[in-house]
Amino acid sequence: MSQLKEVEKLNYEQAYEELQSIVSLLDEGGQPLDKNLKLFERGQALAKHCENLLTQAQLKIRETTGDSKEVSIDA
Amino acid sequence: MGQSTFPIPSVITVKDLTGYLHFVLENDEVLKDIWVRGEVSNYSHSSSGHLYFTLKDQNASIRCAVWRSNASRLGTPLSDGLLVEAHGYVDIYEVGGQIQFYIDGIQTTGDGFLYQAFLLLKSKLEAEGLFDISRKRPLPPFPHSIGIVTSPTGAALQDILTVLQRRYPLAEVILSPTPVQGREAPAMIISALKQVILENPDIILIARGGGSLEDLSAFNDEDVARAIASSPIPVITGIGHETDFTIADFTADIRAPTPTAAAEMAVPHRDDLLSELQESRIKLFRVSRHLLDEYIWQLSDLHNLLLRNSPAIYLQNQADRLNTLSDALVKACQYALSIKSLNLKQTYGRLTALSPQATLNRGFALVTDQKQSRLITKTQDATNKLPINIRVSNGSFQATVIQE
Repeated sequence: MSQLKEVEKLNYEQAYEELQSIVSLLDEGGQPLDKNLKLFERGQALAKHCENLLTQAQLKIRETTGDSKEVSIDA
Repeated sequence: MGQSTFPIPSVITVKDLTGYLHFVLENDEVLKDIWVRGEVSNYSHSSSGHLYFTLKDQNASIRCAVWRSNASRLGTPLSDGLLVEAHGYVDIYEVGGQIQFYIDGIQTTGDGFLYQAFLLLKSKLEAEGLFDISRKRPLPPFPHSIGIVTSPTGAALQDILTVLQRRYPLAEVILSPTPVQGREAPAMIISALKQVILENPDIILIARGGGSLEDLSAFNDEDVARAIASSPIPVITGIGHETDFTIADFTADIRAPTPTAAAEMAVPHRDDLLSELQESRIKLFRVSRHLLDEYIWQLSDLHNLLLRNSPAIYLQNQADRLNTLSDALVKACQYALSIKSLNLKQTYGRLTALSPQATLNRGFALVTDQKQSRLITKTQDATNKLPINIRVSNGSFQATVIQE
């Protein structure tokens, strides 16, 4: 588990994919108890991270000219 | 005008001028009964029932109107790009000061020039295979960066950004600004597309709001269409309204009916992702719970097995057996005793039947010597003056033998 990236550094796609694979790994069964507990904890952290990304993200906008600039959105 | 020899006032009002133009046009023999050939453009059907459009050819155009009373008799449904021959008269619309062609009859002569060119280019590129389904690439499910080629001031950009912010704010937007109409537009669009491709986004949106066929003409440009076809990154076009199809639309990987729809197709919806996420979470809990339950069951099975084999259980079993045996013993003894007691009663009954008391009760007497130690059963034993004891049913008394 040590070589896994920190959950906070994953983008949505990576975090969601890992969450899916953890669920199917647990579903298959056959791992020792302590491994299962670690998988469960990481799965929870991934789900929380995904939710945070979705609910707290702000659209970032820049122009091809290079400079990041504010473009207002009339929502 | 001051030195005019005609009796016209030196300065006239606007209304006088438009009124005079009306008078001139109305009385012109050519203009009051004329056939004009041109392409229909900017066609609109007003709520009042009147039809408005522009008739044009390559270098000129004129505003046209068809009054409601004539509109119903036209027979031909009008649309942009249609090449027609129209009959009517020319007059001035005094409120706007425009010369207008008031049409009372139309015959179609086929599709318009622009539309002909459109069809020609379409079939040419189609023959080259640029529209083939096999060329269309799948879109990335979670785009990290989204390139947008559009006007920085247009409504299309605002529509797209609004949708992206609402649906999928995780993405980074790279805006490649370009004019989207006018003579320079095709070259600028191509340059903006190349510029954004250098940024290597996951997906590119090319968008423009609604407009007439001419307004959208930059997207019917062959070079623009080819640039889109050769993009190494999947392209979604959202140009004009639902009914507008441009050559660019056909060469894109996906054609969206509007800029808003293009943005919707480019990204997943946050709400869908959140509910998928919730499902995954529930599954994670359920699966983990299930695994734990299995551990608990296995543990309790083992525990039961252990208990069944413990010394305490062995001792308990032995004690139970002992109790059972002991109970059986007590029962057996009680049974034996009761049998004996029954025998005793029966024997006693028989004994009672055989006792001399019954004989005494019938009136016999038992005669013994005074000490009741010897029965006197024969006369020779009853010597004279011998004191004797006589026992009857309810007791005994003394007597003396009298012998003669």
